[in-house]
Formats: sequence, structure tokens, C-alpha cells
Amino acid sequence: MNENLQPVVTTLKERFSAEMFEFRDEVSLILRPEQIVDTCQVLRDECSFEVLTDETAVDYWPAQTPRFHVVYRLRSLRDNLILGLRVPLNGNAPTLPTIEGVYANANWFERELWDMFGIHIEGHSDLRRIIMPSDWEGHPLRKDYPLGYEEVQFSFNFDEIDLRKPYAKE
Amino acid sequence: MPEQTDAFLSEASLDEIKHLVSERAIQGETVLLNMGPQHPSTHGVLRLLLELDGEVVVNCIPDIGFLHTGVEKNMEAKTYEKAEVMTDRLDYLNTVGNNLVYCLAIEKLCELDVPPRAQAIRVILAELKRISSHLIWLGTHALDLAAMSVFLYCFRERESILDILELVSGQRMMTTYIRPGGLWRDVPAEFEDAVRNFIKVFPARIDEYERLLTKNPLFMDRTKKIGILTPEDALHWGITGPMLRASGIAHDLRKAQPYSGYEQYEFDIPTRAEGDTYARYLVRIEEMRQALRIVQQALDKLPFGPVRSNNRKYVPPPRSELGTSMEALIHHFKLWTEGFSPPEGSVYVAVESPRGELGVYLESDGGPKPYRVHWRTPSFTNLQVLPLISRGHLVADLVALIGTVDIILGDVDR
Repeated sequence: MNENLQPVVTTLKERFSAEMFEFRDEVSLILRPEQIVDTCQVLRDECSFEVLTDETAVDYWPAQTPRFHVVYRLRSLRDNLILGLRVPLNGNAPTLPTIEGVYANANWFERELWDMFGIHIEGHSDLRRIIMPSDWEGHPLRKDYPLGYEEVQFSFNFDEIDLRKPYAKE
Repeated sequence: MPEQTDAFLSEASLDEIKHLVSERAIQGETVLLNMGPQHPSTHGVLRLLLELDGEVVVNCIPDIGFLHTGVEKNMEAKTYEKAEVMTDRLDYLNTVGNNLVYCLAIEKLCELDVPPRAQAIRVILAELKRISSHLIWLGTHALDLAAMSVFLYCFRERESILDILELVSGQRMMTTYIRPGGLWRDVPAEFEDAVRNFIKVFPARIDEYERLLTKNPLFMDRTKKIGILTPEDALHWGITGPMLRASGIAHDLRKAQPYSGYEQYEFDIPTRAEGDTYARYLVRIEEMRQALRIVQQALDKLPFGPVRSNNRKYVPPPRSELGTSMEALIHHFKLWTEGFSPPEGSVYVAVESPRGELGVYLESDGGPKPYRVHWRTPSFTNLQVLPLISRGHLVADLVALIGTVDIILGDVDR
């Protein structure tokens, strides 16, 4: 581990009793959902992690519980460091507090979390779907959401398929 | 005009975005105007909902997703090598960079070595693609500001870069030339001359663009002090790339966390303190010059040797071995039917794309298909700042501001 990152990790371990793991030289900390806002605040104000680089989620259905892991990645430009945070979330319709107040660009990342994974973000200023249309049903990046396809229409079954095809009809 | 607001209410469901517009819009004092998605200056299919007070932008609400292709979901259903062709389609002006970051992620996950010759060729192509991307940005940005001729000159030079890409990969744009563990094949003999020729010609061409724009009073009027982004805001909004550097923060992943041997090359990170559209223009112009310097150095010390890793568990054997080696045949068969299976775990790898930090989060469950691929794209993050920098400017300047953020909608919507 980078020697500049060591004190940051020690601080977080002490204050939030976070668990650390390392894979391919990437350091990640596992946190509980209610800690995430405070952790980000501490990282930004005391450890100079100025930038939220990425925020996404992984769905481990059906193999694992907790089902979702939300993955944050913060970057410190001053010390040239990068740190991952992981928040496991229980349940099929989990909630997570927003970190929009700490990092403004979390706004769209969190809208995407809601849109793609159905993770409800508490306290978000603008929780609408961002990529899928507003009337879309389901959350496409969940593992129980099928990939889907479009049925090919031939002349002999054109009308039959047309009847159940979802598109705007008059 | 209350009738207009009522009509709008039913069409775009004002209820949904009530919290984003001001009180004046609800009372009908300001006008809500739809811009795009089919609008030439949005550089793709971006929809903006504008709140206007006369011709002044009070607020702008970007609406994205019109070019969503479900790449992240689709990649989970393909093997690692097959999924790579989809990476080209994300940021279609930086195809080489997308391939590069995806391959770097696989290589980090599998601890795969890349021969030095392959790394140098990767750098050359990535930098050429950076120039080509900046040329499109420059051409269209100038076109938005009614400077028609720059566009034509830019596309002339872009064409010679695309010719080089066609020479090495057979494709002008969607190259998929960089592969996990190296390259698809070695570059042909004509490659060096083609690139040297470009290096010889191009500096004078940059001067030519600068003669058309840099001191042009019309261009300066439209760009100076327009869309100022302060360094504090830039960090708060997670801005990367030329936009961040034009706000005075010298952060470049090629220097901060060198990959593919960027530490061997000498180049500067251009920065400006002003943070306006003109500063971003100057930074990108200078970046083209620096990219050319990197290409020159990489070409001068291009090492000889193989261009693919020798690790047969991940990289297919050369065609010549298939006729004589049973083992090679087995590896070939396994790799092209089942694919390779990286060890379990997740990595995040980022490179400096022409637009900023392009990152990929790759997670493997030990199987031949990626368990989760997430693209952290620079356009997506940079576009979020558009409302902030456009408030208080004219609609005509908004057109310049969309250009200066340099978004690629394939990169935004994924």
C-alpha cells in the first residue's frame, strides 16, 4: 500500500471501524450505509480527497446476501491517491443516503443508481430516471432483469408479432 | 403568456421537473424552451430544457439517455474478447482510448504482461486519436461560432489520421486494434513513414488554425469570459481533462499515474488560469502539440520485438504454430470457443481520454464473461456542470458552451 494512504486508512478504521481489503494494489474499505456521508465528509475535509471519481453498484443476486454493493471511488489530487469504498446493502429495494452534499457530481451517479439498480437514494434533490425513459418499468442492470431481444417480424407472422410489440400505436 | 405554460404542462409534465425551475417559470414570467435532441449544435442527441428570461438563460436542465445502447448490460452477456468491440461504440471519437482502458483493466485483473513494442504502438495510436478527437472538437466548436472554414481544414487532417488507423487495423474508426495482452497484429512497414509524414505536416497546420481563430476578434468576443469555471467548482463537480486544466489545475493521469509507458516520454501539461471558453480552447490546441511530441518520441524509440503477450492462457497463439503444435491448437480452440477466465476480483483502471478521466470498473466472478463492467465516462461527469456555467449567458453562448464541454453522447449515455 502507498505510504500516504496508510494514515487515511488507519483513521477510517479507527473512526468508523471499517474493514479494509486490498486487491491488485487497490485499497477498498467496507462501510455501513449510515456511515457513508460522514466518511466522505472526513475524507474530503481532513484527508484532501477532493474528487468523487466514480459511484456505481454491483448486483450479486442470487448468489450472495447482501444483494447490492455500492462502490465509490475517491481521488486525491494533492497526494495523488485513489481510494475505493464499498457499501453492502440488504434487501431488494434498499435505500442509501445521498452524498450529494459532499460531492456535487454524485447527483447524476446516484440518479443512475436509482435508474439502473432501483437503489432508493434518501435526501436526493432530483431522483428521476436519468438514462431510461421516465415511464420505464424495472431496473435494467439488476441481474434478475433479462437482457431482452426484439422478435423478428416476417411476412407470415408480421401482424401477430405486431400486436404484442411495445411501441406507440394510434 | 399563461396559455403557453399550460400547453407545456401537458406536453413535458412540468410536475416532474417543478423542483428544478424557478418560481418565475411556474408563474409564466420566464419561458421554458425545449432545445434538442435533434439540434445540430448539441453534437449528438442531447436535449436541454431551457428556462429563459428573454434571451438570457436562467437555468438549463440537461436530459440525456437518447443514445443509450445498454453497453454495460450487453457486455455481461459476452466473453471478454467479444465484448471489446462494444467499447469502440462508447466514445466514438476516442475508440483507441476505449480499447486501451478496457484491455488495461483485463491485464490488471489477469496480471498479464504487455511487450514494450505493443505499449509504444498503443501510445502512438492513442495520441493520434487524441489529436483526431480534438480536431473534430475544434472544427465543430468553430462551426458553432460561425467560423465555417476551420471545420473543413480540421477534417482534412483528421482524414490522414484515419488513414493511419486504416493502415494498421483495416478500419477507419471502430478499430478494436488493441487487444488484451498486446495488439491484434504488428503494424505494417508503411506505418512509420505515414506517421512521420503526419508529424512533419501537422505543426504548420495547427499554426494555420490558430491564425484563423486565436487572434480573431469575433472568436474572442464569443469565447472570452464566457462560461467561467472556477477551480473550486471544477473539483466539487469532479471535472477532469482539458476543462479542469483550463481552470488552473494541472492534473493529467498520464503524469499522475502513468500507464503504457507514458513515464518515458517528455511532455508538458498545458494549463490556463482563466477557466473560460477561450482558455479551454487554448489548452486543447496546446494539447495537440504535446500529443505530437509524444508520438514523435515513441516513434523514435519504437522497440523491436513481439506485440502480443506469450501467456497462452489469455492470448491466442500465432497462426503459424497451429499447424505444428497440438498445444497451440488446444489453446486456440479454448480461447475462441469458451474464452479466458480471469481470477475473481474487481479492478478500476483509468486513462486520460481527450475529454478527461475515462475509467472502467471491471469485476470478474472467475467465469469467462465479465460479471460487471461499469464505464466511468468523462462526458457524463463533465456535462453535469453545463447548467452551472451557462446561467446568465445568452442562448447563442450556450451553443458555444456545449461545444466547449466537448461531450460525446455515446460516452454520456453508454
